[in-house]
Amino acid sequence: MSRKKSNNRYFLQGNEAVVEGALMAGCRFFAGYPITPASEISEILSERMPQVGGTFIQMEDEIASIGAVIGASLAGAKSMTATSGPGFSLMQENLGFACIAEVPCVIVNVMRGGPSTGLPTNPAQGDVMQARWGTHGDHPIIVLAASTVQDSYELTIQAFNFAEKYRTPVILLSDEVVAHTRETVELPPPDQIHIIDRIAPSMPPEWYIPYEDNSRGVPPMAAFGDGYRYHVTGLVHDVRGFPTQRPDEIDAFMRRLFRKITQGFNEIQITKEFFLDDAKVAVVAYGSVARSARRAVLDARKKGVKAGLLQLVTLFPFPRLKMEEVLRQCRGVLVPELNMGQISREVHRVNQGKCQVRKLNRLDGGLITPEQILIEILKM
Amino acid sequence: MVQQGTKLIHKYLRHDKKFPHVWCPGCGNGIVLGALIRAIDKLGLQKDDVVLVSGIGCSGRMPVYVDFNTLHTTHGRALTFATGIKLVRPHLNVIVVMGDGDATAIGGNHFIHAARRNLDLTAIIVNNQIYGMTGGQHSPTTPYGCKATTAVYGHIEHAFSISELAVTAGASFVARSSVYHAQLLDSILEKAILKKGFSVVEVISNCHVQFGRRNQMGDPVTMMKWLRDNAVRVEKAKSMEPQELEGKFTIGILADVEKPVYTEEYEKIREGAKR
Repeated sequence: MSRKKSNNRYFLQGNEAVVEGALMAGCRFFAGYPITPASEISEILSERMPQVGGTFIQMEDEIASIGAVIGASLAGAKSMTATSGPGFSLMQENLGFACIAEVPCVIVNVMRGGPSTGLPTNPAQGDVMQARWGTHGDHPIIVLAASTVQDSYELTIQAFNFAEKYRTPVILLSDEVVAHTRETVELPPPDQIHIIDRIAPSMPPEWYIPYEDNSRGVPPMAAFGDGYRYHVTGLVHDVRGFPTQRPDEIDAFMRRLFRKITQGFNEIQITKEFFLDDAKVAVVAYGSVARSARRAVLDARKKGVKAGLLQLVTLFPFPRLKMEEVLRQCRGVLVPELNMGQISREVHRVNQGKCQVRKLNRLDGGLITPEQILIEILKM
Repeated sequence: MVQQGTKLIHKYLRHDKKFPHVWCPGCGNGIVLGALIRAIDKLGLQKDDVVLVSGIGCSGRMPVYVDFNTLHTTHGRALTFATGIKLVRPHLNVIVVMGDGDATAIGGNHFIHAARRNLDLTAIIVNNQIYGMTGGQHSPTTPYGCKATTAVYGHIEHAFSISELAVTAGASFVARSSVYHAQLLDSILEKAILKKGFSVVEVISNCHVQFGRRNQMGDPVTMMKWLRDNAVRVEKAKSMEPQELEGKFTIGILADVEKPVYTEEYEKIREGAKR
C-alpha cells in the first residue's frame, strides 16, 4: 500500500480502500471485468492478490466474473467482484444463484449515471433499488453504502463479515465520488479488526445435511474437496440440497432464507447519527450525498435550525426502527439522493404520516451540494 | 460384462436420494454419464477429488445423480463457476457437462474464452442438436433444413461445429464421439480427464423425442443408426473429399497439443510476486 502518512494513517482513494478492506477481511479470490469507475479495484488486486497467495482473474464479462466468484467461494475462498452499473446489470442472474445456494460473496458496485451506458464517469445513486430487487424472484439481500474512503475500508470488511456469517451475497454500493476521492484514512491495527469466517461443518461427512435448518437459520458450509460431497443447485432444494417440488419443503426453505436475515436485523441495520439527538429537521442520506449533508447540517445549526443527519450505512434490509424514531422526533425529514427518490420511497413507506418527508433529487451528473440541502432544510 | 459395468456404475450413484431420473426412455445422457463414471473409475480418482459442474438443460441434471462434489449452475455459465473452483483448488478434477445450447449459444462466450485461457478443465458437451428440456427449439447445432418447434418451416441457420470451434479457440485437447460409439467415448473421456489443459469432448447424442420426432427419426434405434451411419473416423476423413463429408461428422481426437496450463502459470506469478 502506498502513500503512508504516519503509523496507521494513509492517503487513499475509495477504490484503494476497498482493496485494503477486502484483503484485511481475508478475501483471496477476485474476478472482474474492466469498467469505469471500478477498474482501479481490479488493477490493484491483480498486483496484490498473488502477493498474498490469492487469485486474481480478469474474466470475459461480468456474468463470468460473478460465476467465478461463486465457484471460488464454494471451493472455500472468500471472494469478491467489483463493477459499475452495466456490469451490475449483467450480474443479476448469478446474484440470485448466490442467494438461493447461499454462497457468501461480496459485490462492489461503484455507481455511475444510468440507465444503460449512461454517464461514465459521474456519480449517481440510481442502482439502489436494483441492488435490492435486481435479481428475479423473492429474496432477501444485504446492501451497504459507503460515503467516505474510511467507510470504503470498514464496510468492505463488514460486507465480508455479513456474507460469511449469513451465507449470502452482500452488495457494497459506492459511487464515483467516493471511489475517486482521496482522503486520509486511519486503518486500525489488524488485531483490532473483527473478522468473521463461515462456519464449517463439525460433524463427519455422513452426518452432514448441507441445508439443514438450525437456530441461526444458517447451515454450516463445507468447501468442495473437504470430503463433504454434496449437491449445490439454483433450483429450490430440500435440506440435502436436491431439487424439490414439495410445497412443505419449498416453504420451509424460502422462509429460512428470509428468517436468517430477519434474525440479524439488529446487527445488520447500521446507521450513523450526526447532531440527531435534539434535531427537529433530519436529513436522511447515504453514499456521497451524506458528505454534503454533514456540511449542510452544520451550516443549518449556525443559522439556528436544529438539524441533524441520519446516515444510512445499511440500505437493505431497510433500517426501519431507527427511521421510525427519527420520523417521530422530527417535524420534517429531507431525503437528498442522486436519483428520483428510491430511498425516499422507503422513508415514505415507514413514515405513515408521522411527519413531513421531502425529496431533493439531482440527476445531472453532479453531486448534491451542501447549499442545495441547506436551502431545503431552511424551508422545512 | 454388462452386469459388471452396471455394478461399477452403482458405486457412484446417489441411489437413495435422487431416482428415478428426469430423462426420457432411450435418452443418450445415460450413456454419457455411464462413460464418465467408467473413465473416472478406471483412472482411480477419489470421489472427494471430483467436482462435476453442469449448466441448465437435460444434461444439466447429470450431477445430481452421482456421488461427487456436484454443482448445478445457471444456464450457460457452468464453465465460469468451474473456473473459480479450479483456481482455488487446482488439485480437484473439475469436469463440466453442458448441452449444445448451453455451451455454444448462451454460454458461447465463456466456452471460447475457457478454451483460450487453457485452465485444466474437462468440458463435456452433449450435443443433441436441439433444446430438449424446453420443448424442441432449434439450437446452434441444429442442422440446416431440420425442423424444430421454433423452426417449423425448416431451419435456415447454419450449425456450429463445436469441436472445430474449440480447436480454433485454442483448447489443448479436443475429441468427438457419439453415444453410439460408446467404447470410443470411454477412451476419449479418460484421455480428456488426464490431459493437462482445457479439454473438450463433444458427444453427439440422440434426442428422438424433441429432435428425432420432427425429423423422421422418432425412436432411439433410428437415431442410433443415424449416428452409426454418419460418423466418420478422423483418420479416414483426411483422405475424403469435402462433398463426401457433407452431412457427416468426424469422430476421434481432433487436437492434442501441449500448452502452458493457467494454474501452473499463475503459481509462477505468485512465486514471483511474493519475492
